[in-house]
Amino acid sequence: MDIKQSHLALDWAYDRPLLAVRVAPDGLQAVTSAEDSTLQRWVLATGEKVVLKGHESWVHALRYSADGQQLVSGGCEGRLIWWSIAEAEPKPVRTIEAHAGWIRALDLSPDGTRLVSVGNDLVIRLWDMASGEKVAEWVGHEKHIYSVLFHPDGQHLLTGDLGGKLQMWNIATQQIAKSFDAKPLHTYEGGQRVDFGGVRGMALTTDGAQLLAGGLHKGTNPLGAVHEPLLLRFATSDCTLLKSHVSDGIPGGVIWRVCTLPDNTSVAACGGSSGGFLLFFNAESEKDIHRFQLPALARDMDWHAATERVLTVHHDHHLRVTNLFAKSST
Amino acid sequence: MRAKYACQSGEHSASRRRFLGVVSGGIMATGLGCLTRGSAAESLRQQDMRVVVFNMHGGLSQLESWDPKPGTKTGGPTRAIPTSVPGIHISELLPHTAKQMHHLCLLRGVNTSEDDHGKGAYLMLTGRRQTPAADYPQIGAVAARTLCDESKGLPGHILVTPGGAGGRGNEAAYLGPKYASISLGGDKPPQNSVKPEMITDQAELRRHEFRRKVNEQFLSRQRTAITDAYTYSYEQALRLMERRDVFDLAKEPPTDLERYGNNDFGRQCLLARRLLENGVSFVQVTHSNYDTHNENFNFHIEQLGEFDRPFACLVNDLAERGMLEKTLVVVLSEFGRTPNINLYYGRDHWSKAWSVVMAGGKVARGAVFGQTNAEGTEVTDGQVDHGQLFHTYLQAVGVDSGQSLVVDGKELPMADPAVGPIWDVLT
Repeated sequence: MDIKQSHLALDWAYDRPLLAVRVAPDGLQAVTSAEDSTLQRWVLATGEKVVLKGHESWVHALRYSADGQQLVSGGCEGRLIWWSIAEAEPKPVRTIEAHAGWIRALDLSPDGTRLVSVGNDLVIRLWDMASGEKVAEWVGHEKHIYSVLFHPDGQHLLTGDLGGKLQMWNIATQQIAKSFDAKPLHTYEGGQRVDFGGVRGMALTTDGAQLLAGGLHKGTNPLGAVHEPLLLRFATSDCTLLKSHVSDGIPGGVIWRVCTLPDNTSVAACGGSSGGFLLFFNAESEKDIHRFQLPALARDMDWHAATERVLTVHHDHHLRVTNLFAKSST
Repeated sequence: MRAKYACQSGEHSASRRRFLGVVSGGIMATGLGCLTRGSAAESLRQQDMRVVVFNMHGGLSQLESWDPKPGTKTGGPTRAIPTSVPGIHISELLPHTAKQMHHLCLLRGVNTSEDDHGKGAYLMLTGRRQTPAADYPQIGAVAARTLCDESKGLPGHILVTPGGAGGRGNEAAYLGPKYASISLGGDKPPQNSVKPEMITDQAELRRHEFRRKVNEQFLSRQRTAITDAYTYSYEQALRLMERRDVFDLAKEPPTDLERYGNNDFGRQCLLARRLLENGVSFVQVTHSNYDTHNENFNFHIEQLGEFDRPFACLVNDLAERGMLEKTLVVVLSEFGRTPNINLYYGRDHWSKAWSVVMAGGKVARGAVFGQTNAEGTEVTDGQVDHGQLFHTYLQAVGVDSGQSLVVDGKELPMADPAVGPIWDVLT
């Protein structure tokens, strides 16, 4: 892997703007969602796609099962759908009216047995991945929950909301284990009277020692998309803020998702009026250590470790695959 | 009442023809009258009609509110939900309002052809396009002039704005400052409406006696509309200080505050109810901000989440208390928002096909008038503009909008004489 040699490897187009993406565990396929409320399953090598219909609204939350046989999608109508995603013609296996309003994020426990969903109804819901049975639910946010992430220990999970509240929960007791102050990611603009920003994406370093929370700051005109990307780095041991990573020269930028690479470099998908970027950060530098400009504004990303690829989806209808290594190594 | 034109009905075309015929007749029939301060005007004031306008500042998206297009290229993630009127659906972001649909009339065919905030706001509030040659009074000033019973000692034109309170606005144009607004900051009473403790009642009395005496001397030499307004403002301020309790939300039951939602907009809606109940002729409540070029859906969830319950409570309360017959409710904006969703999940300015909502007074209830095409990009039936809407607001509270107002001896048309009311939405 050599992030400075990043290059665009594949570029496939759908006929509507895309919203979200997740790559299959084997790295050969991916699923995206689009503004027509459908999902698309892609064979990455050929661009062959199958369109999946089942949601009545947009889908922002996707999660593969550990074995890649199923995919769960969470829609803005509050519905969770389990798909037989590995079949030639994937079908809904199970549909659950899971939340009141938008489902914003999903994650899978490290052992693959539990699914967690969060959204605008402020409820954290835990599901049995195999049966779809609701295992637990609890509340603990006052503003829309934007992000959720299982801790690698499987005993805790993290949730982040619109207001910059970021909490680690003990799953067994459903009590707050730790709180991180991610308020720099939130803006309340008094003139426009709107809350803006929030914890758009979260990731832990490979050893779990540091937590990254991405989004935006300097939201001086939220309704007019005047803001800049911001990535916060916390120590998970004592919740202290270690770094506020900024990226110069990206007005209108927002970090939609952040992932951790094997060497603990963070890669973030950034979209905004300046275009689309993959931004790379490490623990030492306040600013991005490298940036790769994408052909269009990015809205979501996923990372596949074995193939060292980043997948991004874009407003211009495209699914793009960026290799994080030199072209000659392909 | 069932939906009039939720559409595809056979009677639609017939009604549409009737609509066109009645409008032109209305213009001819009402073009010569003149509303003076005589008996007709007095009779109107005795009817105790009122108006409350909700100004959705910045440009409310019709697709996230009154005219959702789920499952289309332009519909976004917003779904439609059924309302209390079978066959009429509105946005899922307005669940409480949906239960009050039987009181409402949706006008889905508004085309104002003006995408500038300032100019859009001007034409929606005055019923005329802004020109350098003339300035026109806003609906609040016209309502104050035609509906306000000055003997009640309350201003006839009140703005409830989320920002700071100010003095009088300048929305009255040629009607003069007497009919300009008094602005309240949120749910707070008018500024400086409490007599300072250091001034005794006796001193206050002497102060005003002296002011009146000097004033009379001045007016005997030079009297204009401005000086009259100046005098009126002082006397009105004194009466308003005596009736300061009208602005005191603490006098409302705590259960009502809880019902409306103990937040800024909830309190403002409750204050609007209180002002209307006490006879204020015109209240405008501004809800801000809908200018969602960026993240339109997040912001509409946020803003309409705040708007929905208090607004629905107010409509319901006006109906239950028997006030809706005498109170026109209008929900307007300077324009709507583009059907196209931009790359920031935003919607931009769009005035060619958007919606306004009315309720109360003589407005048809549980009705839809006008229609846009499948993707909401243009009006396909029942197109109306700002001028027609302005006429309709006035007609809905019993004011003959074709008449003129006499100002300094001149007859000035109350509303744009080139158009007329939308008779099909009036009962």
